[in-house]
Amino acid sequence: MRNPLRSEAEAYRFLGVVIVGAAVIIAAAFINTWLGVAAAVLVFVGLGWWLKQEPVPGAAEPPPVVTSETSPGTHRVLVVAPPGTETVNAPDGAEVLVVVPALASKRESLTGAVDDRRGDAEATAAALEARIPGSRAEVGADDPALAAEDALRLFGADEVLVAGDDGMLEAIRERVAIPVSRV
Amino acid sequence: MYLFIASEIMLFGSFFTAYFFVRIVNGVAWPTPPYHLPVFVATINTFILMTSSATMHWATTSIKRGNVWGMRAGLLLTFLMGLAFLIGQLYEYMRVGFNTSDGAFPTIFFCLTGLHSTHVFIGLAILGFMTIRAFRGHFTADHHHGVEIGGIYWHFVDAMWIVVFTTVYVL
Repeated sequence: MRNPLRSEAEAYRFLGVVIVGAAVIIAAAFINTWLGVAAAVLVFVGLGWWLKQEPVPGAAEPPPVVTSETSPGTHRVLVVAPPGTETVNAPDGAEVLVVVPALASKRESLTGAVDDRRGDAEATAAALEARIPGSRAEVGADDPALAAEDALRLFGADEVLVAGDDGMLEAIRERVAIPVSRV
Repeated sequence: MYLFIASEIMLFGSFFTAYFFVRIVNGVAWPTPPYHLPVFVATINTFILMTSSATMHWATTSIKRGNVWGMRAGLLLTFLMGLAFLIGQLYEYMRVGFNTSDGAFPTIFFCLTGLHSTHVFIGLAILGFMTIRAFRGHFTADHHHGVEIGGIYWHFVDAMWIVVFTTVYVL
C-alpha cells in the first residue's frame, strides 16, 4: 500500500489527488445532490485503488534470517517448547535457554485476550526450568518463529531444538541461520 | 507515519462525524438560517494555502538541487502565506456573526475550522524553525531531512483543508 506521506514529493502528489477528487465531487454535487454522493463514493474508491497500487516497501522481500554465534568453548542451546511440554532432553553440559511461545488463537490475538494463554506458557516455562538442570526458561511471543528470533538476539546459541510439531520446526528453520532440529 | 495518519484520520473523522450528524439529523439547510458562511474569504484562504504548498514543494526541490536561496525563499513565502491564512481565518471568525453559544451549527463550524487552524498554527511553528535554520545554513543538498518532514506535514494540513472547505463551505 502506498504511504501518501512517505516523502514530501509523495505528500505533494497526494494533495493534488485530493484537490482533483474534491473538484469532481463539487462539480457533481452542483448538478445533483445524489450525483455528488455517487461521485464521492467513486472518488473514495478511486483513492483506495490509487493507494493500493504500490506495494508496502519490503513486503515482497523474504524476512531477514537471524544469525547467531557463541564464543569458542561454549555450547549454548535454545529450546523452543510449546505450552504443555512436560520435559525436554537437553544436551549435557550445554547452557540452555527454554523459550515457551505464548501460543494464542487468531481471535485471542486480535482481541488481546491472551492472559490465559500467557499463564499456560508461564506455567510450562516454570516447570521446564525446574526439570532441566542449569537451564533458564522464559515466555516468548505468540509466534514461535518470532519467539525464537527474539531469544536468539539476546541469547546467542549454536543450535535450536524444537519440541513442537513439523510446522513449528519449519517456520523456525526458515527464519534462523543456525541448525534447527527436533528435540 | 502510519500511526500518525491513523490518529489524524480518527481525530478529524470524529469531528466530521459530528458535523454530518448535525447537518443530516437537523434536516435543514446548511448553514442554518439566518446564518451565512463567509465563502469568499474561505475561497481566498484556500488559494493562499494551495499556493503555499507549491512554494513548500519549491523549497524542497530547491534544496535537493543544492539551491539554498531557492529553499530560503520558498520557506519564507510558505511561512508568510500560512500566516496570511491564519489571519484570514481570524478575520473570518470576527466577522462571521455567530458564536459557539448560538447552537449546534456554529459549534461544529468553529470546532472543525478551529481544529484545522490549530494544525496550521503547529505547521507555522515548524515552518518558523525551518526558516530560521535555513537562514543559518543548517540544510544542504545531502542533509535536509528537517525540510522534508516539515513539507510532509504542511501538505497534509493543506489536504485536510481541502476536505474541510469542500464539506463545510461548498457542499
